[in-house]
Amino acid sequence: MLNHTPTEIAERSALRINPAKTCQPIGAMYAALGIHRCLPYSHGSQGCCSYHRSHLTRHFKEPVMAATSAFTEGASVFGGQPNLLEGLKTVFTTYSPDVVAVHTTCLSETIGDDIPQIVGEAKRQEIIPEGKYVIHANTPSYVGSHVVGFANMCTSMATYFAKEVKSPRRRTTDKHQINIVPGFVDPSDMRELRRLAEATGLKVTMFPDTSGVVDTPQTGKHIFYPEGGTTVTELQNLGRGVATMALGWWASRDAAIEVEKKAYVPREILDLPIGIGATDRFLKILKFRGGEITKELERERGQLVDLIVDTQQHFHGKKVAIFGDPDHVLALTEFCRDLGMVPVHVLTGTPGKRFGEEANRILGAKAGNIKFEGDLFTMHQWIKNEPVDLLLGNTYGKHIARAQDIPFVRVGWPILDRVGHSLMPTVGYAGAIRLASRMLDALLDRRDRDAPEHQFELVL
Amino acid sequence: MKTPEAAPELPAKALAAVDVEAISALDLSRPDAGLAMPSGSPDPDGLVRDLVSFYPPRVQRKRSRHIKVNDPHEIPKIEANVRTAPGIITQRGCCYAGCKGVVLGPITDVLQIVHGPVGCSYYAWMTRRNQADVPDDAQNFLNYAFTTDMTENEIIFGGEKKLAQAIREAYEIFHPKAIAVFSTCPVGLIGDDVHAVAREMKAELGINIFGFSCEGYKGVSQSAGHHIANNGLFANVVGTEELPASMKTNPFRVNMLGEYNIGGDAFEIERILARCGIQLISTFSGNVQYSEIARSADANLNLIQCHRSINYMAEMMESKFGIPWLKVNFIGADSTAKSLRKIGRYFGDEDLIARIEVVIAQEMGELEPVRTDVRTRTNGRSVMMYVGGSRAHHYQALFSDIGMPTVSAGYEFAHRDDYEGSRVLDSITIDADSRNIEELTITPDPERFAPRKTEEELAALEAGGLKMHNYDGMMPEMAKGSIVVDDISHAELEHLIKVYKPAVVCSGIKDKYVIEKMGVPCKQLHNYDYGGPYAGFKGAINFYIEIDRMVNAEVWRLITPPWAAKKPA
Repeated sequence: MLNHTPTEIAERSALRINPAKTCQPIGAMYAALGIHRCLPYSHGSQGCCSYHRSHLTRHFKEPVMAATSAFTEGASVFGGQPNLLEGLKTVFTTYSPDVVAVHTTCLSETIGDDIPQIVGEAKRQEIIPEGKYVIHANTPSYVGSHVVGFANMCTSMATYFAKEVKSPRRRTTDKHQINIVPGFVDPSDMRELRRLAEATGLKVTMFPDTSGVVDTPQTGKHIFYPEGGTTVTELQNLGRGVATMALGWWASRDAAIEVEKKAYVPREILDLPIGIGATDRFLKILKFRGGEITKELERERGQLVDLIVDTQQHFHGKKVAIFGDPDHVLALTEFCRDLGMVPVHVLTGTPGKRFGEEANRILGAKAGNIKFEGDLFTMHQWIKNEPVDLLLGNTYGKHIARAQDIPFVRVGWPILDRVGHSLMPTVGYAGAIRLASRMLDALLDRRDRDAPEHQFELVL
Repeated sequence: MKTPEAAPELPAKALAAVDVEAISALDLSRPDAGLAMPSGSPDPDGLVRDLVSFYPPRVQRKRSRHIKVNDPHEIPKIEANVRTAPGIITQRGCCYAGCKGVVLGPITDVLQIVHGPVGCSYYAWMTRRNQADVPDDAQNFLNYAFTTDMTENEIIFGGEKKLAQAIREAYEIFHPKAIAVFSTCPVGLIGDDVHAVAREMKAELGINIFGFSCEGYKGVSQSAGHHIANNGLFANVVGTEELPASMKTNPFRVNMLGEYNIGGDAFEIERILARCGIQLISTFSGNVQYSEIARSADANLNLIQCHRSINYMAEMMESKFGIPWLKVNFIGADSTAKSLRKIGRYFGDEDLIARIEVVIAQEMGELEPVRTDVRTRTNGRSVMMYVGGSRAHHYQALFSDIGMPTVSAGYEFAHRDDYEGSRVLDSITIDADSRNIEELTITPDPERFAPRKTEEELAALEAGGLKMHNYDGMMPEMAKGSIVVDDISHAELEHLIKVYKPAVVCSGIKDKYVIEKMGVPCKQLHNYDYGGPYAGFKGAINFYIEIDRMVNAEVWRLITPPWAAKKPA
């Protein structure tokens, strides 16, 4: 397994090996699924749409509907306007979405298609039915990563829908409404974030919200537009919120800034609430913005702390390697630190030097290898040079885990070979209990496997 | 590397008992009739009209040409391999997916660098489930993804320097035998010359390095990418090495074309061929190494499994080296047996023919009890399948084995000849999208061209019931009144499922959970998701058991909660 990965690390300036990221459009497609009755639309070659739908489908094990402009060589030379116009016409006639969310690809970006201009033409030709919307996000695949594409589509939701407020004094606020941008997380996580925020007595506008879209029940019927997703009305009323909480600097920050720009809603940029510290900060801000921390929430927190007290001996001093999307990795790094583990290798594929600064801040003197815009080849080489007790990351880590024979816990996106993530959260206190339990299972299964018979314990 | 082994001993008594004369008299050229449509099937003509009713008028007209009511005796003309209408929600992918993802991807020891933004490389990384049993001391890059991860800087200033550097770095770290470079959409648009970079780096590093201009927007589907992959592989690898004399002792030497070892299919085919005493030189391209492809010109027969993705290679190898090709189908027990008999007939060796019969009898002996048992629970239950460029045809044979009729089928990216048969080849019009894909002009190799069969021998084979260089296509083997749908859309698929209420639908991952939400099991036939092999005899057993599980699973009974269930009358 991965036999050709040498221990010795050679500098590379051009070759990416085993990427720890993918391209923007898939993030935009996922975000758009979180608008109620929205059909994501990929403006580019058929392959982009096909690959993105396939990969999202494999992660969620759910239908992922999206359309494509189906570029041919002609469209690539003469521009994709006829394709987008025809595509919109067919989509509105055949699939009746309320919203079509167009995202670009490297192809349509390179030839410079101007989406707002083409959508303007579609309006002029009366292709877009009354009361229906076409929004767009520019998502060039050669910039950033899938996380950036997700962020760009979230931002576009605010740009297109949030009602503009002329001055702060003209703002009408619903003092119970809190806006939450949940980040590139699973529907289970979005559900859990809403539950926590609503438990403080606030009314939540979450955008996007893929719960109820890619975690639907088996009923014997395929519902093309399931009941979930942020409604257009909710998006239009973003300006009424007391604040917009952006969960994750990479995935959510820009959308919160956009709501602030358009409607003077103050932004709160937070970490993704994975683990105890980040969840505490999430609830603190909810409290600051008018929520009430109930006994029930304190009980949940207490149960998590209790679990850590009970199990810290198993985590203490264990070396862990963490990779994935930057918001996830930073939150996981803090949680592992709080569990008493040592995150010796921390890596994201997404660009952004803030990642290094934050990881260093979290780990302080214990900081080891930290890299943004890295890849899994580097991660594997790091582990060969300094072995770890546990690997945390998405499914693509399984080959490293096998090659180095290390316990592996799947967390983040994508998870292509296990289920549960869509239905059971990783965020919040309950999510942290689940995550810590899974990590503990992995560590103790290994201990049990490797223990000599006379030390094979019934009680641990 | 597949080292030739002596064929395993078979019982002399059984061998002697084979009636070679009778076997040699069988007509192997007739298409097998598909199982008839179940009684009470809906009126197909009305259904075809309904299927296009949800579209704008222009798309209605276009889609009507892709949807036909089949008649195996008077095959209707179907439109295929033309542009997909934007917005219909197609299954199709791109040229790059066909070139790198399908044809080149499975080769184990060619280091494959995708020149472009990161996504294209990422999505083609291990998702096709191409398996390979590579010895520990040989190179195997199947679990690696290599890309230039193009950024804005290269889009503006060009990516050739970065590509050259990436090739250098790959060579320094891995020392591969060969490197292939794949172009993605922006590469063609910004004018990077991957072939020039490949030539320069080949001179610099001294290993074989070659490029593919398989930008995603070329052609109308994956199909263009297959053609480009065939051209590149043929021009740069095939026939560049010679098979050592020690490996040329068996005259029954074949290549297996269009078999990608998804879920281990190629392993099963390798096993069966070896039992029969047929030597496999190279597979294109499942479980294969670079030098096997390089030596493939020393085979005496090319077998085509997936006609759509690899027929170009077979034609070019025949023109240059004189190796005839034969369409086979190792999907389905009866069709595997028929394919083996075709090979025996081609070589015309009595011992080989006898061996093949004994192997078929032994394998069928193991398979029959399973087939008979499964059939009691599957017989007469209907199937729909929309997939690929050959599987929507091949898998019908496997379902026929267990009595399941195919009521509707279609390909994602095939051409008219894959539907209607080789006989329509001359009447296919090449449109602007396909004309852009290079057609290589091949002449006989001055040294290596050696016709394996004379014109007279080929004519005799044909007269005796073996059609060489021919593919009959899907429609002659489908029932009268079944519906054939090319490049199916989501709306059409959903409507057909509602009308036919099939026992199982075969499609790809994008459709799978749509179908299953409707309470109908879906067998994913692109990469099988988790299962396989389904080829050959052991594969057929796997498939029967799999379909039995799917169509009879307890879970379908659980969808309706007990309090909502209708009371029994």
